[in-house]
Amino acid sequence: MKLKELSRINNFYHDDKVIDACSIFGMMDTSGNRFSGKPVVEAIANMHVRGNGLGGGFAIYGLYPEYANYYAFHIMYLSREGQAKVEDFLRHKFHVIDAKEVPTKPTPGIVNPPLVWRYFLEVKVEESNGQSEGDYVVDRVMEINTKMEEAFVFSSGKNMAVFKGVGYPEEIAEYFCLEQYEGYLWTAHGRFPTNTPGWWGGAHPFNILDWTVIHNGEISSYGINRRYLEQFGYNCTMQTDTEVVAYVVDLLIRRHGLPVEIVAKILAPPFWSYIERCSPKEQKLFRTLRQVYGSLLLNGPFTVIIAHQGEMIGLTDRIRLRPLTVGVKESVLYLSSEESAIRLVSPDLDRAWIPMGGEPIVGSLGKPLKPEKASVAEIKSVRKC
Amino acid sequence: MKTYLPPKFIVERDDSRCIRCEVCVNQCTFDVHSYDTEDAELKSHEENCVGCHRCVVFCPTEALTIRGNPLDYRENYNWRPEVIEDIIKQSETGGVLLTGMGNDKSYRIYWDHLVLNASQVTNPSIDPLREPMELSTYLGQKPDRVEFGSHGLTTELPPQVKLEVPVMFSAMSYGAVSLNVQESLARAATEMGTLWNTGEGGLHPKLYKYGDNTIVQVASGRFGVHPEYLNVAKVVEIKIGQGAKPGIGGHLPGEKVSAEVSSTRMIPKGTDALSPAPQHDIYSIEDLAQLVYALKEATNYTKPVAVKIAAVHNSAAIASGMVRAGADIIVLDGLRGSTGAAPKIIRDNVGIPIELALASVDDRLRQEGIRNQASVVIAGGIRNSGDVAKAIALGADAIYIGTAALVALGCTLCQQCHTGKCAWGICTTDPWLTKRVNPDIGARRLSNLLRGWSLELKDILGGMGINALESLRGNRLHLRGVGLTDTELEILGVRMAGS
Ligand code: SF4
Ligand code: SF4
Repeated sequence: MKLKELSRINNFYHDDKVIDACSIFGMMDTSGNRFSGKPVVEAIANMHVRGNGLGGGFAIYGLYPEYANYYAFHIMYLSREGQAKVEDFLRHKFHVIDAKEVPTKPTPGIVNPPLVWRYFLEVKVEESNGQSEGDYVVDRVMEINTKMEEAFVFSSGKNMAVFKGVGYPEEIAEYFCLEQYEGYLWTAHGRFPTNTPGWWGGAHPFNILDWTVIHNGEISSYGINRRYLEQFGYNCTMQTDTEVVAYVVDLLIRRHGLPVEIVAKILAPPFWSYIERCSPKEQKLFRTLRQVYGSLLLNGPFTVIIAHQGEMIGLTDRIRLRPLTVGVKESVLYLSSEESAIRLVSPDLDRAWIPMGGEPIVGSLGKPLKPEKASVAEIKSVRKC
Repeated sequence: MKTYLPPKFIVERDDSRCIRCEVCVNQCTFDVHSYDTEDAELKSHEENCVGCHRCVVFCPTEALTIRGNPLDYRENYNWRPEVIEDIIKQSETGGVLLTGMGNDKSYRIYWDHLVLNASQVTNPSIDPLREPMELSTYLGQKPDRVEFGSHGLTTELPPQVKLEVPVMFSAMSYGAVSLNVQESLARAATEMGTLWNTGEGGLHPKLYKYGDNTIVQVASGRFGVHPEYLNVAKVVEIKIGQGAKPGIGGHLPGEKVSAEVSSTRMIPKGTDALSPAPQHDIYSIEDLAQLVYALKEATNYTKPVAVKIAAVHNSAAIASGMVRAGADIIVLDGLRGSTGAAPKIIRDNVGIPIELALASVDDRLRQEGIRNQASVVIAGGIRNSGDVAKAIALGADAIYIGTAALVALGCTLCQQCHTGKCAWGICTTDPWLTKRVNPDIGARRLSNLLRGWSLELKDILGGMGINALESLRGNRLHLRGVGLTDTELEILGVRMAGS
């Protein structure tokens, strides 16, 4: 391993898993209204002690409406040469509609930041050899991440982007001037890695196309999840278990075309004893899923927030070894490691609850949440008397 | 000819304890003990003793001790006592030396060089006494993906067989072992939700009722194979080879072919049952495909078809071919796999360790993207739940145990299976001896064994912070190697402990 490459190694010790504990937060306005990241930053900052300053990041959806039809690439560079090489590559493989440096401001606590650039790209059909656009983009991203030194793609989806780096999330937000952006769906992550010096690319969210994953936990089934994915051409290059989650989601949803609810039953399947008590039709469904996708069961403690265009999904492992609280306020869905973080930014929630282990919580533009305020107000008035 | 073989064991009888009950005389099937009525004294023909310890266990006053005869020849690492005695035996008989059980040589046992992981701090271990812990697994071919139509799931899986515990009983044929042994195995398998295997000797009608927990074997001799036999079972297994004697056929001596054995095997009473070395309709991989599909046709595609081979040098390539030939389950039987009778020179020298074969087969099938198309089952020398957990982490779906099951029934590995005189009444068809295994007790001992292993497996899984078997399967990150070379680690796909 050449010394200079050390700066792009997420897991310094090559033990394949990054062991970490984290704070996670997600906020989505299911009516599609875009809002600033202020409450998101406040909420994640409230869970400061769940991180240790070695990683923070945000994913924002509905971010670039004016460029909604182009792939928005956020790419991190460790050197100008790296940038020149990648830009050459991009020009060769894509029509580059726009290219600019992502605005930043000096922030105490952020040391040695890499360059981060933003590109709006269109696939060059003549280069794609009949590959689907999605596969083409995934392959190009893998190419940059694995073959080109000094560069790493933070995100590659349409109308969304990932901002992340080494630091506390609130510092990252300040550094990337997130107050100036708006989106209808934000996820945020503060990281507490136990064994790595921290690398900007290794912070969450992890992204492929417009899928992002933030994750709190350690996946004890990592060894087999990774080997299973390798059969489908995914190379887990970053040596983190979160990457596995991103690829699993890509495989199941994009390539196998499975609905989110089904994917949740693969990642955190019901117990056999529960399955036996289901209706014959459900029994068959759950049994088949476990038989076919047993190697994708994510075992061990985890909470994830998975997001893509128009949808945010919160999920814990099936015996809920890591926390997740859900809050609803009118059409806004909150997911958080701690309820206090939600209450801080939305004290007057319609509803807050802790979902069952393995039970997916899905917020979707397709099914906007109905305001429930009335009933809550009634309860309140009763309490007042 | 005067034999030059010295006794292997010394029989010591404490005369102050002996009550002249003659239990030892009756229990020993090798005519070691005899009672001299005139002197009211027990005598021992030590040269006959095989060290099975039947007499020791049954002597009511614990008057007996069996010790190895030190045989202090002049020390020689090359010409060890066993080597000398084998030459003596052959020079006196001029034949192939036969033996029973598995390879007992000092080849590296990789299980003993692999250690398991456990959770500490960063993730919690799971307490199986308080949380669900799942050992169930399904054997059979799986597709790479499922599909949904407008009315939900449209994918229909090929036949799957559920195991409540990933440990099955390996093939031991009627004739090699007694009907009581098979009944014990069948009843224990039924009770514990796993499978037992008929071996190649057919299925006695008395055992048809355990069909749902039975694997029936189709081997080169085709003994007892008929439509009812195939259809009563849960899985049909084609036996190509066996770890104890890769490339060698079978030979059940005519003395063991009793009336019952003869009708079950569908051969005349008292005739030798000879299994040819190859299946004479399988001289290549496409022939195997034909037999696989013939059996699937015969059973109307309702049962997985397994193919069992001995682990040999290029098992990985062979296994890949077997999957492509339609096998739903691949069975690998390793260097230490046992037998009722095999040429000693084959047993001790042919085949490869199961750990290495398993690792390379699992890798190969994954590289080719066909691992989902077949389950992988291994056999050959699995001793305890630790071995089971390690095998699953290396990539096995389930494990066969043969010797361990027989030990549960009394076997002490005296390696006399081929003689038909098994003092423990296991590997014999002599009606006087087979009574020694009572199926009520035998089934209980076997169920207890599996129950104990299940509890231990749950502890192991929970310790790793995993609550389902499928998260351990092929998860080699939960293994580390101790005292292995780089090449060994590479083949096993396992890191050195500490790394
Ligand atoms: S019963 Fe077994 S151990 Fe005892 S004398 Fe006979 S052969 Fe030897
Ligand atoms: S079984 Fe024990 S007590 Fe009975 S005759 Fe033999 S040595 Fe003596």
